[in-house]
Amino acid sequence: MNLNFTLIAQAIAFAILIWFTIKFVWPPLLNAIEKRQKEIADGLAAAQEGKLSLEVAAKKNAESLNEVKQKGAEIVSQAEKRASEIVESAKKVAKEEGDRIITSAKSEIDQEINRAKEDLRTQVSTLAIAGAEKILSKEIDKKAHADMLSKLAKDL
Amino acid sequence: MADSAYNTPADYISHHLTNNTYALSDHDLMILHLDSVVMAIIIGLFSIGLIWLVARKATSAVPTKTQAFVELIFSFIDSQVSAIFHGNRHTFVAPAALTVFLWVLMMNAMDFLPIDIMSKFYGFLGLHEWKHVPTSDVNTTFGLALGVWFLMIFFGIKAKGLGGWLHEFFCEPFGSKIWVWPANFLFNLIEYVSKPLSHSLRLFGNMYAGEVIFLLLGLWAATGVSGIFFSSILGAGWAIFHILIVVLQAYIFMMLTVVYLAMAQEGH
Repeated sequence: MNLNFTLIAQAIAFAILIWFTIKFVWPPLLNAIEKRQKEIADGLAAAQEGKLSLEVAAKKNAESLNEVKQKGAEIVSQAEKRASEIVESAKKVAKEEGDRIITSAKSEIDQEINRAKEDLRTQVSTLAIAGAEKILSKEIDKKAHADMLSKLAKDL
Repeated sequence: MADSAYNTPADYISHHLTNNTYALSDHDLMILHLDSVVMAIIIGLFSIGLIWLVARKATSAVPTKTQAFVELIFSFIDSQVSAIFHGNRHTFVAPAALTVFLWVLMMNAMDFLPIDIMSKFYGFLGLHEWKHVPTSDVNTTFGLALGVWFLMIFFGIKAKGLGGWLHEFFCEPFGSKIWVWPANFLFNLIEYVSKPLSHSLRLFGNMYAGEVIFLLLGLWAATGVSGIFFSSILGAGWAIFHILIVVLQAYIFMMLTVVYLAMAQEGH
């Protein structure tokens, strides 16, 4: 219980130990812990950010999906319209063609009828003439009555 | 009297409480307690060295279990200091608190070693008087407290300037009127004297008393079978209770160090 030089020695040892701790022990531990704290904080912030951007992306996705759907529906309706137009015009063309064919057939038939009528008339007039000739062979001068006969043929 | 070499109980106790001395010169004050100094240095190197080994390779990634343990101590000290000391604690006060806490804790913990077995061991090494608890030597605790005392004055002058510090010495706590200067001076003088005394004697008293109780139990054990029986039980009980005292005293010593330095910097 007597004070002596030990006191000074211990104080010096104390000072050296404090110096050592300040210089070599405290800073690396502080750095490691603070760096880890920062990393954890950064990680949490990044996670939060990721979550937010994920939400934004999901929203965008839904939006673009809607847009695409709308576009698709538009295209389909346009195609349908176009198809009905094509069908319509085809129908029209077909009807016109049919009408034309019918008209030409009708006119051909008319021509045929006329030709047949003409033939018939000629034949009738020939027959009539032949008949008349037979009846009047002796009385009628062929040349004198030719005009009259052709007129008759025409009237038939 | 575990050893037959002791003739009286007083011999036994005084032997265990005598320091190994080395005289630097003829003067009474120039004596070195070799045991205190050597043990303190060994324990200091051991405890601070151990965390230094961990701190050297400290990583901010996933820590090893050892590093996690050291970080636990680190954050304990850091949070205690940050509650008391306002200012940049990382440059001096917090590392100093860590040093004080670990060193004092380990020096106190030397008290757990069984005295008589250890004294046989030291005798085997040729050291017949060897106290292995440096904090039960008042020189150690007073040396530490004196170190803190000088730091206190240094911090006070650094924070307030020499003029401010002297002004506080004469004008606190009663005011700056000239006729209360003597009273202020007396108060501050008492404060500056009592701080290192209470700081060091608290730790010394606790550790010294703990050692004496172990010695008394050792004496009782030498009286016979019943003495061995009861002193063993009581010794175990005292050792368990002493765990609390050892940690508590180290904690108090550390906290007072921080409080004194904080007070010195911030004033009254």
